[in-house]
Amino acid sequence: MSAPTTVRGSFAKWLLNGYAALALLYLFVPILWIVAFSFNRPNGNYNIQWQRFTFSNWTDPFSDQGLTDALQESLKIAAISTSVATVLGSLIALALSRYRFRGGNAMNLFLVLPLTTPEIVLGSSLATLFIDWDITRGFTTVVIAHIMFQVSFVALTVRARIRGFDWTLEQAAQDLGATPLRTFWRVTFPLVLPGVLAAALLSFALSIDDFIITFFNAGSLQTFPLQINGEFRVRFPPAVNVLATTILVFSIAIMVTGTLFGSRKKRV
Amino acid sequence: MGESRTSDDVIVLRGVHKSFGTFVAVDQANFSIGRGEFFAMLGPSGCGKTTTLKMIAGFEQPTRGQVLLEGEDVSRTPPYKRNVNTVFQQYALFPHMTVAQNVAFGPRSKKVDRAVYEPRVAEMLEVVRLTEFASRKPAQMSGGQQQRVALARALVNMPSALLLDEPLAALDLKLREAMQLELKRIQREVGITFVFVTHDQGEALTMSDRIAVMSQGRVEQIGTPEEIYHSPASLFVAGFIGSANLLPGTVKGLDGDDAVLELASGGTIRTRVGTPPIIGERYSVMLRPERLVASTEPSTDGRSIAGVVNELIFQGASTRLELVVGDGTTVVANMIDDGRGPSIRPGDAVHVSWAAGAAYLIPGWPSVAGATSTDVDAIEAAL
Repeated sequence: MSAPTTVRGSFAKWLLNGYAALALLYLFVPILWIVAFSFNRPNGNYNIQWQRFTFSNWTDPFSDQGLTDALQESLKIAAISTSVATVLGSLIALALSRYRFRGGNAMNLFLVLPLTTPEIVLGSSLATLFIDWDITRGFTTVVIAHIMFQVSFVALTVRARIRGFDWTLEQAAQDLGATPLRTFWRVTFPLVLPGVLAAALLSFALSIDDFIITFFNAGSLQTFPLQINGEFRVRFPPAVNVLATTILVFSIAIMVTGTLFGSRKKRV
Repeated sequence: MGESRTSDDVIVLRGVHKSFGTFVAVDQANFSIGRGEFFAMLGPSGCGKTTTLKMIAGFEQPTRGQVLLEGEDVSRTPPYKRNVNTVFQQYALFPHMTVAQNVAFGPRSKKVDRAVYEPRVAEMLEVVRLTEFASRKPAQMSGGQQQRVALARALVNMPSALLLDEPLAALDLKLREAMQLELKRIQREVGITFVFVTHDQGEALTMSDRIAVMSQGRVEQIGTPEEIYHSPASLFVAGFIGSANLLPGTVKGLDGDDAVLELASGGTIRTRVGTPPIIGERYSVMLRPERLVASTEPSTDGRSIAGVVNELIFQGASTRLELVVGDGTTVVANMIDDGRGPSIRPGDAVHVSWAAGAAYLIPGWPSVAGATSTDVDAIEAAL
């Protein structure tokens, strides 16, 4: 009885593993491609054909002034917009989960809208607004645009993470003599923090990544994606691969740290 | 019953009324809870017991009336400024803190010196017998242990009163019985007033010094477990506490210490009364099943009812006798096994009798005559 089950079980397992491997391959081939080509010495302006292995691209990753400047702008924008959006979005999520109030359901709809509306519509309409109001497009307008969609994203992510939060914990804290402020900092905040951090990291990535909305509202400002896009017409230097790989390594480092930190907390 | 307001009353409720929209949750609650008392608020779900507890804790504010704590009106005082602590039904332990940090949360919130609260935390963990678990997280502990952490976390603040909201409801039966005794021990040890809310009449009878029985927002009766069991103030209390036979009748007259009652099911009985009943009025006589004795002869003093045995159910220590009287009303008697074997069989005509003082007269008629169980919904529907 058990033997055939095992055989069938192992076949199913083999099939599942094979499928999983293919799925992972599909996901990772483009990423590995980018990393691999950061070690390529290209012929001409386009780093798209494998020629010869080299470390020379990595000796000075920030040699390409245009790309480095653009990356710096992108990081600055993401830092500012993510900070603002994380605070605002988390507060919205807390309010929506914690209290029932008039307009709460409408609020839910408004939150989803910026994420479901096509970016091309959001980007162009925002640009129209800035032009109508005589606001010069640049760093500030890009930050404002990013905050707009990041707030929605953070609010929805945090709300999903704190679903099922035991609000009697707040009552318990107040019962034990904690003021509402102390209750927030000592009980509510530490418990929702992992969700808030996860939302912040993801929305930071969204900001770095955004092309369409940024394109409409950047004016003469060059962000990392805009710079790469602009240069692609004339050249595609290995520096793009080098910087992309650097970003990738940083992301993985943050992810691993987060996972380790999370599991350590669970074990204690 | 609790109207006297001495300086030894820790909690006093004066005309407390709470409504949510048109729904009246608590109606005219007037009672006091004494220092060091183990006080239970007992009733079916929706009777207002939890709302009353929340008004004492400060999570709800009375629509009208006052809540006095140590003689001071705290009706509008937020929970963090009241010197009472709550043990929540699901304990509400802080999952990100260790047991010791949970217990220290109260004193730290009140800016007590570390040198002062640390020994107190240790002492409380000893009282609840969790000293070796101090550095554990709540998630690594069993339900019973979590409950004791919640107790220590509340008691370390040395509150005027400890409020417990269905403290044993989340535990399994065995643990619940053990915790009943544990709670009594802890209460004796710390000497703090305990106010606990329960829907379990057995729990209330076992643990409390006094019980307030509540129904539909009103306090039906306040008294010791004995008073409430033997002298229920209303049909609801009689049916809710233990099981009772409630037989409707009309008082025909008085004869010495006895009232003569004509039963609606037919026949006349005599029953001893304290305060004289109104002649001609409708009353119900309450007969506890364990105080009835079955025999083949009627009693000579008029304290018996005749009927036909419908069913005999062996229950170990006793046998449950179901008797059909007069118009079909069922009367239940618990017969202690005397070792002589069954002398009665289904279909036999028997008489159940009781000693003078075993029957109790309550004003009004129940909507369904006869035996009640402690099935809350059935009682609510019947009354």
